[in-house]
Amino acid sequence: MVNVEGNGGPAGLIHVRDLDKTYRRGGEEIHVLQGLNLDVSPGEFVAFMGPSGSGKTTLLNLLGGLDVPTRGSITVAGDEITHMSSGKLTEWRARHVGFIFQMYNLIPVLTAFQNVELPLLLTKLSKSERRAHVETALSIVGLTDRMDHFPRQLSGGQEQRVTIARAIVSDPTFLLCDEPTGDLDRKSADEVMALLQELVAHHHKTVLMVTHDPLVAARAHITLHLEKGVLVEGSKLPHGVTAGGVA
Amino acid sequence: MKFARIIWANLFRKKVRLLLTIGSFAVALFLFVFLAVVRDAFNRGTDVAGADRLVVINRTSIINPIPLKYRDQILRIPGVKVITHNNWFGGTYIEEKNFFPQFVIDPENQRQVFPELIVPDNQWNAFVKDRVGAIAGAKLAERFHWKVGDRIPIKTSLYGGGAWEFNLDGIYHGKRPQDDETQFWFQWDYFEERVPQSFKGQIGWYVLRVDNPDDAPRIAKSIDDLFMNSPNETKTETESAFAAGWVKQFGNIQTLIISIGTVVFFTLLLVTGNTMAISVRERTAELAVFKAIGFSDRMILFFVLAEALTIALIGGGIGILLALAAIPGLATALNGLLPSIVLAPPMLFFGIAVAIVTGILSGILPGFGAMRLRVVNALRRV
Repeated sequence: MVNVEGNGGPAGLIHVRDLDKTYRRGGEEIHVLQGLNLDVSPGEFVAFMGPSGSGKTTLLNLLGGLDVPTRGSITVAGDEITHMSSGKLTEWRARHVGFIFQMYNLIPVLTAFQNVELPLLLTKLSKSERRAHVETALSIVGLTDRMDHFPRQLSGGQEQRVTIARAIVSDPTFLLCDEPTGDLDRKSADEVMALLQELVAHHHKTVLMVTHDPLVAARAHITLHLEKGVLVEGSKLPHGVTAGGVA
Repeated sequence: MKFARIIWANLFRKKVRLLLTIGSFAVALFLFVFLAVVRDAFNRGTDVAGADRLVVINRTSIINPIPLKYRDQILRIPGVKVITHNNWFGGTYIEEKNFFPQFVIDPENQRQVFPELIVPDNQWNAFVKDRVGAIAGAKLAERFHWKVGDRIPIKTSLYGGGAWEFNLDGIYHGKRPQDDETQFWFQWDYFEERVPQSFKGQIGWYVLRVDNPDDAPRIAKSIDDLFMNSPNETKTETESAFAAGWVKQFGNIQTLIISIGTVVFFTLLLVTGNTMAISVRERTAELAVFKAIGFSDRMILFFVLAEALTIALIGGGIGILLALAAIPGLATALNGLLPSIVLAPPMLFFGIAVAIVTGILSGILPGFGAMRLRVVNALRRV
């Protein structure tokens, strides 16, 4: 279930209430998010759309604990993250969030295996346990045979799949994807989206994704539009972007 | 350590830059260690000085002599254990460039006053019996490939000039690494016999040992009081004070060396600091990713410091190896021009300490910058 009215039940995974985010540019205050509400249940695949500057990435950063709101609260799996210290937030991110970026953001001097292993270095897993986890993650994204390749030796689609493996290797509570196909050709984008759908369908991951591409958004269960700082369900939008899976 | 691979991989990101930085570090640290060794050589006199030894010179200047007859008067002062006397000879061996210190010594008391300079008994006995005998320091003998029994001609422009010939009867060794093994000694009787009349009965300086080092100030004052208002007033000081005064004869070498060393240190700091700053700036987005996936600020600081420290230790290690390889050669080339140059273990530890401090300092500012990096801003810059 995905709800933007602010009346979702306590059973959900993510609860956002009256979220405001204001930036100050010079003397001017820019209200990016205003009183935003959102409830997401586990296993949902949500796409956020909206014009440039509408606050999609800002919302994603707030949900991922990379930024703090001006007002309001975000609760994920029972943890109220809006008042956590920077150190606690860092630990929380390591446990709960998998990030997938538009530009892949792999470490160029590390192999695919080593890139995927990074989040596990923060755990107490032994070397052999880490290896088993990494190999599983790379097999899910279909890149077992590329584990010793450096990012420069991979195509864009493969790089993004390595990023997805890195995001899922520590089995986080949910995945945040910021334009995951923005730098890919259509074929690679389809492959990446198929992979994300598989993660939701077969591995029961919760995925929140920002995109500009209606075709990509259509692969999600639901598309939410950011309009004037609040979320609106896609099916209610006048320009008719289709959103499936609204409960 | 599971993070070593990340640090190592980041180090080799720009191989040419890494090589140049390590090279700069190695050369600068070599220069720094060399300067420290030269400074140490100038201070060697202070280091080897005996706590119970006093030096008596002419109050006017060390180049003015003192009468030999003072010896017995000094010996009568309570607390004086033993006294010897020396003259500076100022000669050269075969060519002008072959300069080394030659001292006229009093064989009777030399070994009691300088027990740290060891001559085998059989060689010493042969020297005492040989009026034209000489003793050379081990390094000096090695420099000119001398062996016991060799005939050594020394030319001097002092004391009436001319060439003096000596039989090398023995070779002395210092007990400690810092002891000077470049001196050449010969007998007072031979000297006294050959010098013109005006020099007879005149010595350069006295060196005496006292029973109790705590009495040194009192004894020094007693000696100087004894000869006050005489034609040859004396100046008595501890051997270390005398050695420090001797170093000052070269001008303010200490300040010069320290100034150059400081410039080298700060240059080193700027070169390494700049490399680290550029390296961190280039990796802004990657550092943001590290933070996003859960690496703490302290870990980010650790990565940057570890990289800086690794560069410093590799560069420093190469610099110290360069110093180990080059300083003995430089010491030979500068033989006689500077006091004995020795790369002693404390200098090596000092070099390593400088490398570590430089590494940490050069990594601190970029490290704190990386720590304070805001993930959202850093990712936006991509």
